[in-house]
Amino acid sequence: MKGKAWKFGDDISTDLIAPGRLFHLRSNLPELTKHVLEDARPGFINMIAPGDFVVAGKNFGQGSSREHAPTIIKMAGIGAVLAKGFARIFYRNAINIGLPAIICDTDRIEEGDELEVDLDKGTVTNLTRGFSEAFPPLPPVMQRIFDEGGLVPFIKKYGDLELPAS
Amino acid sequence: MGKTLAEKILGEHAGREVSAGEVVIVRVDVAYAQDGTGPLTVRQMQSMGIEKAFDPSRVVFFIDHASPSPRLELSNDHKFLREFGKQAGIRVSDIGNGISHQLINEEYAAPGMVIVGADSHTCSNGAMGAFATGMGSTDVAVAMALGKTWMRVPETIKIVASGWFPRGVYAMDLILHITGIISSSGATYKVLEFTGDALASLPMHGRLTLSNLSVESGAKAGIFPSDTITREHLDRLGRGQQFREVSSDADASYERVLEVDVSALRPTVAFPHLVDNTRTIDEVGDVPINEVWIGSSANGRLEDFQEAARILKGRKANPGTRLIVTPASRRILLEGMRDGTFMTLAEAGAAITDPGCGPCLGIHEGVLADGDNCLATQPRNFKGRMGNPNSFIYLGSPALAAATAISGKISDPREFV
Repeated sequence: MKGKAWKFGDDISTDLIAPGRLFHLRSNLPELTKHVLEDARPGFINMIAPGDFVVAGKNFGQGSSREHAPTIIKMAGIGAVLAKGFARIFYRNAINIGLPAIICDTDRIEEGDELEVDLDKGTVTNLTRGFSEAFPPLPPVMQRIFDEGGLVPFIKKYGDLELPAS
Repeated sequence: MGKTLAEKILGEHAGREVSAGEVVIVRVDVAYAQDGTGPLTVRQMQSMGIEKAFDPSRVVFFIDHASPSPRLELSNDHKFLREFGKQAGIRVSDIGNGISHQLINEEYAAPGMVIVGADSHTCSNGAMGAFATGMGSTDVAVAMALGKTWMRVPETIKIVASGWFPRGVYAMDLILHITGIISSSGATYKVLEFTGDALASLPMHGRLTLSNLSVESGAKAGIFPSDTITREHLDRLGRGQQFREVSSDADASYERVLEVDVSALRPTVAFPHLVDNTRTIDEVGDVPINEVWIGSSANGRLEDFQEAARILKGRKANPGTRLIVTPASRRILLEGMRDGTFMTLAEAGAAITDPGCGPCLGIHEGVLADGDNCLATQPRNFKGRMGNPNSFIYLGSPALAAATAISGKISDPREFV
């Protein structure tokens, strides 16, 4: 995956990703998607190209359990979210809906950098600045869900939850 | 090696002994969603081709966030939930009943249970000695359909609270203080376990406040051992037979122990726009307040309103300060009507809204104007939380909120109690 980095700070809440004042759009996701991250960066949807990356500090996605938050990031065409850390419900939701959530040191990535993300190899390459970073793999249980495309495809295929053999 | 309460409950529900760090599949006792997360949950169940609950008596949808509905899109979401509930034989708790977590507390939660909810404040019922945690719509759809979920067994941060709560200092001050120390992500993936002499005698309403705000430091759950207070609470609700003694082993292993002397606490306020941005009342300075809100799953119980009413009795809210009051459930509304609490608050100038989430998430019933300062007893003060990114939310206890409503600026409840 190749795209441009869009930088955000620490503690980006689900209120900033999918605001409560637009609660009535939750059953109209294409419309809600137009407002993704609007309260952190007005007009964000009009700035990005498909395959671009959201790059953030710590505790990305803090707050609400609203699955609509990672969903509209994905629907906006964002290829992956890279952050120093994620809030736990957001992280789990992202994997469940097939949005790559990558934990890495984002301090060295600047706004506008061209990035290349290889999910299989587990690397982020900063093409603008010329360095590569490895990121940890997902926990096996999450990797399996992600490999199927998310939790719904996983359940449709297997009919039940089962843990990877250890 | 002893086990923590979290390890014990998850072990019981996994059918074997477990330790922190392991990933397990656990049976779920109760699974629920609300009107913001519920429609997506239903659509995901439909996508999976499982349109019924594993056990309809243990699955509920709550209409509480936009209750009653302020606009047609939400009315249609509610209709969608009601129709699904009818077709699948699943309870849909309708407008005016109250907030999911409060109703789960009143009607379902018991010690030793695993409870999952499509709302981040599901952790509230850790106060009952249950392992209660928030998840997204799809995870809850799977839990509703299959009666199970996967979990990583969390490490536990033990809170030991000693001393006694001074006048004007409450559970809300303690949890804001703790969040300020741990930080907004300091407990991510962990369980907060609440122990100590100061909490052994803390009534259930205070325990619910502590467990509710556990998620604000990133915690997966905020749990209390069960005791006489839990038993009496269940008795009062007519569910005494569901009491069980649950606690951590004396030799359990904790990741961290945080000791707090509650006697040394002062009224505490979380400043915009993070819950860990805390100051004690002496550090607050002059902050004029346009709207005071007393309510929410964190502080919407009868005792919260009684405390506010004690301060507001015979007084009026400041003319420049709107005062909004929201009981967390119909039961609380009825009790507060009978004992005169809501009469006192209405006479003091409160606008009393229906049992539910009220203005908490910026949907309705108290959305803030540009530049507004709000003092709320709710668990969150993120930018834009109450419907306007150009506004500022401060968090405090119901007593602090009442004092603030009188003076029109953030005030010390100790001057009034």
